[in-house]
Amino acid sequence: MAEEFFIQGNEACAKGAIAAGCRFFAGYPITPSTEVAETLARELPKVGGSFVQMEDEIASAGAIIGGSWGGTKSMTATSGPGISLMQENIGYAFMTETPIVIVDVQRGSPSTAQPTMASQSDMMQARWGSHGDYEPIALSPSSVQEFFDFTIKAFNLAEEYRCPVLVMADEVIGHMREKIVVGDDIEVVARKRPEKTDDYLPFENIENGTTPMPAFGDGFNIHVTGLTHDERGYPDTNTPETHHNLVKRICDKVLNNKDKICSVRSENCEDADIIIVSYGAPVRSAVEAVNRARANNQKVGYVKIDTPWPFPDEQLKEITKNASDVLVVEMNLGQMYYEVDRVLGKDVNVHLMGVIGGLLPTPDEILDEINKIGGN
Amino acid sequence: MRTEIRICGFGGQGIILAGIILGKSASLFDEKEAVQTQSYGPEARGGASKCEVVISDTEVDYPKVQSPDILVAMSNEALIKYIVDLKDNGTLIVDPGTTDVEDVRDFIDEHNIEVYEAPATKTATDEIGLKIVANIVMVGAITKITKVISKEAAIKAIEASVPKGTEEKNIAAFEAGYALAE
Repeated sequence: MAEEFFIQGNEACAKGAIAAGCRFFAGYPITPSTEVAETLARELPKVGGSFVQMEDEIASAGAIIGGSWGGTKSMTATSGPGISLMQENIGYAFMTETPIVIVDVQRGSPSTAQPTMASQSDMMQARWGSHGDYEPIALSPSSVQEFFDFTIKAFNLAEEYRCPVLVMADEVIGHMREKIVVGDDIEVVARKRPEKTDDYLPFENIENGTTPMPAFGDGFNIHVTGLTHDERGYPDTNTPETHHNLVKRICDKVLNNKDKICSVRSENCEDADIIIVSYGAPVRSAVEAVNRARANNQKVGYVKIDTPWPFPDEQLKEITKNASDVLVVEMNLGQMYYEVDRVLGKDVNVHLMGVIGGLLPTPDEILDEINKIGGN
Repeated sequence: MRTEIRICGFGGQGIILAGIILGKSASLFDEKEAVQTQSYGPEARGGASKCEVVISDTEVDYPKVQSPDILVAMSNEALIKYIVDLKDNGTLIVDPGTTDVEDVRDFIDEHNIEVYEAPATKTATDEIGLKIVANIVMVGAITKITKVISKEAAIKAIEASVPKGTEEKNIAAFEAGYALAE
């Protein structure tokens, strides 16, 4: 039987984590993500899981990496100041191919800025926050239901590709309450565990790029390091081929599966002159703006990006191929805008509506921008 | 049809819970769609508190209130601050114990606002013996006056939202509020 709840986005995220099999949360509570930690502190022990409040976000990210290598699906939740502190360990998780889920409920930034107000200003940090070449997967929910669904999806992708996955939410979605429906047929990806064979290689250069992962205590006696390592996990920092093969595989296992990972939804785009591109909370404003524009016989459509990373180049190109103008609506001064411009800039005029200050852009404000571009 | 409701007052009056109950009633028990949002500052109590609920027969896209159909004010400061957003012919519900509608009389007359006075705080204190259920008294008044949610849904939502063991007092508070608008 499906169950219905009228709850906050952050509570839905915590519920999704438990449904996905998360049994370890380590974090340092921070507004506007605190309810994720609060809910899991209460609920995890009831399902045999553990909650640890760490001394800071550096330790939180470290703890969930350890939790994951201990064989338990693990996550943390934070906001801008915390995601900054986590970057070093996020890089370590990419290099060691550790499945973890990091939830960022974005608030006004930079620094501590606006704890109780919304933004989407960590999008590029999700992409490039840690040093080095890597290909993150990030999901952006636009409703409370999606915060539940995408948290589950994040755990599934983390296991599928053995890598960190970020859920890039925002204060609007984190704090608002809506109905969610929790079905009893939730698809959960279990961790692929290796067979104990003489030639098992924990970082094997295999075709699909993702090697099954043992847990500490399983008796594999493997070495896990952030240094460049060979397929056994042993440091080999001076052989160019070893580094090239390792980092290329870590990137390619995501890039080669973009068609399976990327998710984009669109409406009213076939005949649209102007297409709004957004993700997260502003999608809600974009949908209403498009409905009103259509009622006014303006040829406007929208694209909602579920997965900002890896960026859905191909889908976006296909959907916008008949449009003359694209308006990127986001709650920062231009982050995903540059990605959209990179992909579409040669073919259409790409405009930015970047809103900061903490409030969700209104449908009226978007319609004003549409009219400025000239949508008739 | 989309109905936008804004409830405002002081932190500590249970403004947010009142909004959650409206949203929960509509979305879980009245088969409508609802979104509840809130704005808050760093203070826990005494600061301004604002809660917004959008209730609709169809999916709610933009989740925030743009210009409320219904304004519920439980503090005079909030009444003065938010009255200006109220739609023409909109509904204003105030607690006369904590507000003074004369302060916004010009706006009321100019915009043809329908005004209801529901003495929620006094009713909570005198009839229930608990000042803290003033918010639930107000939910009763809102339900009766606006019909935006059904009485049955409201009662179910209250039972599902208030702390265990306090259901009876809260339902009594709701009924007292519902009776205020007879």
